[in-house]
Amino acid sequence: MITGKLIAMNAENKQSSIAFVIGASSVGTLIEWYDFYIFGMLATILSKQFFPAEAGTAALLSTLAIFAAGFIVRPFGALVFGRLGDLIGRKHTFLLTLVIMGGSTFAIGLVPGFKTIGWAAPILVLVLRLLQGLALGGEYGGAATYVAEHAPKGQRGFWTSWIQTTATLGLFLALGVIILIRSNQGVDKFSAEWGGWRYPFWISILLVGVSVLIRMRMSESPMFSKLKSEGKTSANPLKESFGNKANFKMVLLALFGAVMGQGVVWYTGQFYAQSFIETVCKIDFVQSRNMMLVAILMATPCFVLFGWLSDKVGRKWIMLLGMLLAICTYRPIYKEFIAITSAANRANVVDYRVTKAGPLMPLVDVKDKHKMYIRQVIDTVYLDGSVFKYTITDTLIGFNELGVNRPINLINPTLIKYKSPKPNVVIEKTMGRSATWDMIWLIFIQIVYVTMVYGPIAAFLVEMFPTKIRYTSMSLPYHIGNGVFGGLVPFLGTLIVEFTKTTAQPAGDVLAGLWYPIGVATVCLVIGAIYLTNKIDKNVMD
Amino acid sequence: MNKIKKILGFVWMALAPAIICFLVYEAFAKIGTAKPTEKANTILQWVIILIIFTPISIGFFLFGKYASSNEYAHLPESSEEL
Repeated sequence: MITGKLIAMNAENKQSSIAFVIGASSVGTLIEWYDFYIFGMLATILSKQFFPAEAGTAALLSTLAIFAAGFIVRPFGALVFGRLGDLIGRKHTFLLTLVIMGGSTFAIGLVPGFKTIGWAAPILVLVLRLLQGLALGGEYGGAATYVAEHAPKGQRGFWTSWIQTTATLGLFLALGVIILIRSNQGVDKFSAEWGGWRYPFWISILLVGVSVLIRMRMSESPMFSKLKSEGKTSANPLKESFGNKANFKMVLLALFGAVMGQGVVWYTGQFYAQSFIETVCKIDFVQSRNMMLVAILMATPCFVLFGWLSDKVGRKWIMLLGMLLAICTYRPIYKEFIAITSAANRANVVDYRVTKAGPLMPLVDVKDKHKMYIRQVIDTVYLDGSVFKYTITDTLIGFNELGVNRPINLINPTLIKYKSPKPNVVIEKTMGRSATWDMIWLIFIQIVYVTMVYGPIAAFLVEMFPTKIRYTSMSLPYHIGNGVFGGLVPFLGTLIVEFTKTTAQPAGDVLAGLWYPIGVATVCLVIGAIYLTNKIDKNVMD
Repeated sequence: MNKIKKILGFVWMALAPAIICFLVYEAFAKIGTAKPTEKANTILQWVIILIIFTPISIGFFLFGKYASSNEYAHLPESSEEL
């Protein structure tokens, strides 16, 4: 009787201990993702505040910040911190990455703008962004390894799937905080030099502070502690991971047979989808983000569901099924995005109103006195509650009586002859309730694919490599797959659309960008199906 | 299955240099057609892409090489084999 009670108490303690491990690891990782995303989400404001006005230089620096942080520094961080994690331990390493990430995020929010400190501003921001990338490269592998090494036998997929929710929840948190501050302050106040856009960066220090305190209470991974006490830790994790052919073969297999496809599915479902509904479908800024928030919230439990399922049926086929579904349905889903938001597919206009008529006299352009503008805002209201706002700007050019182009304000208005080129039309759509839900379901489906490929992957990677070089070996393929293959989805997607532009079709095929994630996921699916095993490694102690 | 693994290995080996050639071709094409104001930025983007994708393609070639010599016929079942 007493023995039975003791066993039950012991099981309860174990359960609460693993819950603490998961909670403490997940909160920290979530904050790291939040920190990394707010920079990307506020990129437009940041480039105005920190980068010089000359378009060329600004573009150059922002390219360095975005490309270098994502593609070079993340894998480099995986190597640096992976090695450290295998040498000195998981706990201290991912504590360090958290401090670096939180410190650099907070510091970005403190850097004065280009107007105040000139070139020091973009250089400081660039350095801090690179530090963010470096820290992110070291964080994930540590957290996943740490949790997996604590997880009870047969439940590794379930427990590590909590870590897998953090990337999506970090995106959710970043979106939520930005929308909340922006809607409270208004666009102008939010975008000012010391405006509300800085708050998400400052909030980070509080979150990181709490997380550091929690993580300091954690103990080292039991498996790593055992290795260390036995003197069996790796002396050179980089050499043993990539110089040892048998292990290097597995690193390559992990990258090309699983993580590469997972990375593109992840980025397509969560970033490309948002960019597409905003830039191609022209959905209003706040509504497009709200759609993402709802879809993310609805789909997030699926990470845990598929993590749990992978303990029962194996990791491989769940991940590959997610890729297969993505490959087969991406184009129909994006076609449907266009159909739902298209004006051509909407009959039943219930109202057509000019909400902001142009002035009686056109406005003279401040920079170019030869140009004048007439701007009108027209709202088209549909029966389903959708409102399409058209801002039409007509550019007028003044000519004098001799046909010579000259400043408008120097000409007697009665003598002006106008030449009006094609008006510039900016469309902003706010969808009605039913269409909004249609859009949310389509995003939701894509995020479910993300949960299928991403939910079991931490357990899958952990099981592929031995404890002594696990942190290093799993971090590199993870960050190449996600940072490089996934991170390039927007860039290469846009590039492929460029290829399809012709004089007959100046906008190109807007769906063509999907061929990149479809192509990468297909190669990965074939490799995964043929070369990977579905066996679950029962013993990760070795 | 091992035969398919082996044959596909040659496909991956061929695909790796093809990817690099494609990227180099695209880099030159895009840099060549970039506006003067965007030239430096375009060069930087493509240099970063090539720097990153060259080792990845080499890795893909090696993966194909290992696959073609049937080294993935048996996957390690314990860390002793690594």
